[in-house]
Amino acid sequence: MYVAVKGGERAIDNAHRLLAHARRGDPAVPEVAPAQIREQLALAVDRVMTEGSLYDRDLAAIAIKQARGDLVEAAFLVRAFRTTLPRFGATDPIDTAAMQVARRVSATFKDIPGGQVLGPTFDYTHRLIDFLLEAGADIAEPARAAADPAAMPRVTDLLGHDDLIERNPPGDPDAPVPDLTREPLDLPAGRDLRLQNLARGDEGFLLALGYSTQRGFGRTHPFAGEIRLGEVELEFVAEDVGFAVPLGEITVTECQMVNQFKGSATEPPRFTRGYGLAFGHCERKTMGMALVDRALRAGELGEEVKAPAQDEEFVLMHSDNVQATGFVEHLKLPHYVDFQAELGLIRQMRAEIAARAAAGSPDGTTLQEAAE
Amino acid sequence: MSALATSGTVAASGYNFAYLDEQTKRMIRRAILKAIAIPGYQVPFASREMPMPYGWGTGGVQVTAAILGASDRLKVIDQGADDTTNAVSIRKFFEKTSGVATTTHTAEATIIQTRHRIPEKNLTADQVLVYQVPIPEPLRFLEPRETETRVMHALEDYGLMHVKLYEDIATHGHIATTYAYPVKVEDRYVMDPSPTPKFDNPKMNDCAALQLFGAGREKRIYALPPHTKVVSLDFDDHPFEPTKFDHACALCGATHTYLDEVITDDAGGRMFVCSDTDHCEERRAEGHRGALLGEAPAAIAGAAE
Amino acid sequence: MALARAFTDPVHGAQQTFRAVMNALARPGTLQPVDGLAEAPAPLSPVAGAIAVALADYETPLWLDAPLAAAPNVAAWLAFHTGARIITAPPQAAFALVADPAALPDLAGFALGSDIYPDRSTTLILQVADFAANTATSRLRLTGPGIKGHATLAVAGLPADIAERLAANQALFPRGVDLILAGPSAVAALPRTTRVTLVET
Repeated sequence: MYVAVKGGERAIDNAHRLLAHARRGDPAVPEVAPAQIREQLALAVDRVMTEGSLYDRDLAAIAIKQARGDLVEAAFLVRAFRTTLPRFGATDPIDTAAMQVARRVSATFKDIPGGQVLGPTFDYTHRLIDFLLEAGADIAEPARAAADPAAMPRVTDLLGHDDLIERNPPGDPDAPVPDLTREPLDLPAGRDLRLQNLARGDEGFLLALGYSTQRGFGRTHPFAGEIRLGEVELEFVAEDVGFAVPLGEITVTECQMVNQFKGSATEPPRFTRGYGLAFGHCERKTMGMALVDRALRAGELGEEVKAPAQDEEFVLMHSDNVQATGFVEHLKLPHYVDFQAELGLIRQMRAEIAARAAAGSPDGTTLQEAAE
Repeated sequence: MSALATSGTVAASGYNFAYLDEQTKRMIRRAILKAIAIPGYQVPFASREMPMPYGWGTGGVQVTAAILGASDRLKVIDQGADDTTNAVSIRKFFEKTSGVATTTHTAEATIIQTRHRIPEKNLTADQVLVYQVPIPEPLRFLEPRETETRVMHALEDYGLMHVKLYEDIATHGHIATTYAYPVKVEDRYVMDPSPTPKFDNPKMNDCAALQLFGAGREKRIYALPPHTKVVSLDFDDHPFEPTKFDHACALCGATHTYLDEVITDDAGGRMFVCSDTDHCEERRAEGHRGALLGEAPAAIAGAAE
Repeated sequence: MALARAFTDPVHGAQQTFRAVMNALARPGTLQPVDGLAEAPAPLSPVAGAIAVALADYETPLWLDAPLAAAPNVAAWLAFHTGARIITAPPQAAFALVADPAALPDLAGFALGSDIYPDRSTTLILQVADFAANTATSRLRLTGPGIKGHATLAVAGLPADIAERLAANQALFPRGVDLILAGPSAVAALPRTTRVTLVET
């Protein structure tokens, strides 16, 4: 009898072996260690943690190595690991006002309590390839200052004191915390769910959408009220203990956009908010996120919804790069059964047209008849 | 082969039986039960992120993982064949995580997970067919918004679909849909049969097996209980016609099966062979011979054993 | 009370019980064997207990009928083994457990789902005495999806007007509740799609 050739199985095994080989590259070059990625490609690690929705620098570094530097693939690896982890509950909301700040800039005021802190930023570097890095250069010690004990209130809070910006809705500690990864997205979504979606969303997608709002597709007149980067305390209230247990510190980036005001004949105008938050140092991501968050509030703020960035279903259904890459890339899987069906139809339709032409019948008439 | 520990973990992999945790399985199982109770209706479910990409069958894999038991015998096909790379990959996934027996023989399988085909052999009451579904919403290409299409289903408002099919006829003289051809289930829900060729649509009607559909990225599960009425949409003057082939299978001579076209040279040479490899092999074992059986390359015909 | 684990083998016990319920719903009127949980506290039956443990968890509020609600061990046992909240309002129930189906409340009082989300409806688990022909109090003729032609189901313990009630439920389609009948050693099911008439005896 005849049996199927197990070419598929052998091909897969061989492809995996070849992949491992290609990942390693030239064996004469030292192998990169995850710790090196964690320490020296930290922004890649931060992006993978954010889009992978899991705060674990070591795991993200291994994922980046395994994915050969493909950050979307690395986020996918982290997500697939994350899905197997048990859930113990939700932490208390983090308090970014109490952040140990490493960087803090505001575009809205020249000086603010606590001051502007540039921190580690590319912002004023000249983008000239630094050939010293090729050989590895000694790095000068960073300048140090005594820790400033002064509080660093958030700029939006300062505006809030003067009632110039809309108030954030009061928090409800008893309200359930929605989890996009544990329940299907139901539209329209609340802002909490939207922000969760955007926080996991693809940086490039949010960047492009945020940019589009600046170019007039859903303009929101944004000012970067404040961007801050630093460590915040995580606390978890365990039911059986009854009080908040500190879990440690995580580094986050927060962006608060201050957008053009909203008011009415009776309601004094106030600035409106757009919010972005990400694990690690993801400044571009949080700025795009804050622009898109504000754009998505169009309906709530009585603005006409007409631009892509304002369209909740469009944004939320297409923001996830793990979903998007899967569905775009699945086109390379075999589709020959469906293609055969299409081939059959196109050949049949072409044959019919050829037959009609041979019989001298004008096509339009025949098609019209067919439709009637 | 079976490596089941009583706790349900598979010793070889360290993962839970069939990979998913028990809470996830319960959630999927509840969705499956409601899907069976409302044939053709898409039940939202909290699809998990699986260790394979969306688009590679995460929905079908989750459904299979939720129903699979230690005594099942699993068959996985893609494009009708057990040997396509993704079918091999999914079969290995379940071998590793569940240790259940697998088979390529349609008749021996208790669960068949499929992408793009329904096996040629009539399915039985002892079988479950699990479809991998990319876009579960049959109205999606007419109306991209979920918020709109779910209302259309609620109102049983399928006018848009009929307009689309009718426009096809006006433009092409045919309903220009050859796969994922929409069906109506029990005179109520319009349903996407997944991207199976319309050749397979008649097999869905009054099928003896339970049919389950899983869409992972789109987070929907739907079902056809056995012996459910499934009608392909059409018009009185343009009745539904399954695809017919002018050829017989070059390997087994079958004239009633769905065929793959294989290009054999760059001078117009081609041969047509059964897409259902198990069915074709079985026919050849019974002595049926197609015109090119002796000369087809081993990659197409398989190897003589 | 002993709070050991319910299924000896939680993974495969739950799978086998689910599969029996799935087959019962997919083929209304057929009897699907289930190994009950012997330690389910009365009046919760071993089979109904197994179904609840297999399908319920913290995401699925459970409603108990009067005899089950009156037995304090039942709620504690279910809460322990499933993590489900025991609730008293039928419209919030994902599952309703009914030990005395003769006193079955109005089906329309449970969650019926909406036209947009008809799946958001209660599944009732009814403990029935028997499926034997000689002791049956209701002989039902069934048609609909899952059934080739028609099927018959003999049940002891359902209310006399069950056919009218199920007809009213069926008329709501796609909304409506679904019934799982838990016998002493098997389940049968009557999903909302099944059209039910009484066979005169």
